[in-house]
Amino acid sequence: MKQFQYSRPATQQAVIDAINKPGAKIIAGGTNLVDLMKRGVTAPDKLIDINHLPLKNIAPVKGGLHIGALALNSVVSENKLVVAQQPLLSMALKAGASPQLRNMATVGGNILQRTRCAYFYDTTMPCNKREPGSGCGAIGGYNRMHAIFGASDKCIAVHPSDMCVALVALDATLIVQSKKGTRRIPFADFHRLPGEHPDLDNNLAAGELILGVEIPDNNFAKNSYYLKIRDRQSYAFALVSVAAALELEGNTIKNARLAMGGVAHKPWRLVEAEKALIGKPVSAETFNIAAQIAIQGAKTYGGNDFKLKLAPATITEALKHASGLV
Amino acid sequence: MKSKNPSEEPAHDDNFLESSRRDFLKHSGLLTAIALTPAPLVSAAQKGFDEKIADLYEKVPVSLEVNGVKHQLSIEPRVTLLDLLREQLELTGTKKGCDHGQCGACTVHVDGHRVNSCLTLGVLVSGKKVTTIEGLAKGDQLHPMQEAFIKHDGFQCGYCTPGQIMSAVACIREGHANSEHEIREYMSGNICRCGAYPNIVNAIQEVKEGGQPV
Repeated sequence: MKQFQYSRPATQQAVIDAINKPGAKIIAGGTNLVDLMKRGVTAPDKLIDINHLPLKNIAPVKGGLHIGALALNSVVSENKLVVAQQPLLSMALKAGASPQLRNMATVGGNILQRTRCAYFYDTTMPCNKREPGSGCGAIGGYNRMHAIFGASDKCIAVHPSDMCVALVALDATLIVQSKKGTRRIPFADFHRLPGEHPDLDNNLAAGELILGVEIPDNNFAKNSYYLKIRDRQSYAFALVSVAAALELEGNTIKNARLAMGGVAHKPWRLVEAEKALIGKPVSAETFNIAAQIAIQGAKTYGGNDFKLKLAPATITEALKHASGLV
Repeated sequence: MKSKNPSEEPAHDDNFLESSRRDFLKHSGLLTAIALTPAPLVSAAQKGFDEKIADLYEKVPVSLEVNGVKHQLSIEPRVTLLDLLREQLELTGTKKGCDHGQCGACTVHVDGHRVNSCLTLGVLVSGKKVTTIEGLAKGDQLHPMQEAFIKHDGFQCGYCTPGQIMSAVACIREGHANSEHEIREYMSGNICRCGAYPNIVNAIQEVKEGGQPV
């Protein structure tokens, strides 16, 4: 690992001053960043330690629940308010990583984690995300894990988070701070599609610090399910994952949220499929129709062709679990 | 971990003095370097002053408690907790498997919570309490989980065992050892390439059901 300077600015304001400089990166849990630094994928000149900032709180706010950027993934997943009010988030967090990593990883770090595309990690291979202009090894290469939605001819990598799939389904809002003040960003608008600039994962501006996320109150607690399909039962990134949340009135779907992980450069909200569920009865047929709508426009790259079948099947299964059909 | 290669340094890097002087002078081109360096610097280098100056720039003071013993250390910020334990404190019970947070062989407890020490920078545990496999037994009396691993043959080669045991203790303390399924899920961060999983699960179940404090 390349040597770097380490600093721990005393206040939030001092942190914001420090991160506004080129070559500086924030370190919180470090589960992704330290790994990338060991592999030489990234080599910051300076690490700004923010672990002492008071951003670990999980508390109700007007109309929702606030979760601080430094709250640990394990703590959030077991938090009583989260389990009772936002079980989808708890389920998604528990589906991610391992107990050890969840004890280290923070909410902010989870949101900002980089793709696990093998070509991004292998510094001997071309990758437009790691080295803009060098090409994409995954297109025409080993792309079993890769995107079926929203990719470009520059990059077909996926965002690896489970937590973010739940947050986009739950209409969360990100709160960030910079010298200019605080800014609220709808979660669905935070992560980017690769387009011409796959090196940019998200819309966080230089010098901005994530303070936390807010999840608006909802009526999905009774009928939520996170289903993650992977190459082994636990501790692996998603081939496909589905966050499903329903609000039922008798046997009728009053409101619905659906999002997928492992299929795009960002957590992938399925708005059209949600529309196909609302007002319909809970049934396998309803869910199959929504699942077919969900994969319209999908494009595969050889190694991930199987996702055209796996994705709708996972959506249907997740909706069955969420609605209590199974 | 590999130091950066001084030959790749840009000629006018502002961080040159801070980051690479020591590597530079240690490099095999030492004689050439001395020949081209002004006399006062050569003299300083021979007396080891540069080492001391470099240390001031490169090292960070860290105080931590490991298995009940307090340590005051001065470490480079890139040193992981795993390397700190193994190389500086000579506690080699904690194993380096993948070194990338994928295998769990390096699992230790920090302030009572299990973490991957290979992805934990040493500077981030300053002021904290670390427990390693060496800290579980009380003198000659093994921890109940260590006893159970022996009884149930919870290992073959033994390389993953310290991490498995640290994780297993945490698994029970967290309340995640209530069924075989739950144990397997909450032990998934520890890989055993010998495949001793059924015996590991048996060992954990016995300790859990035995109700001994862990």
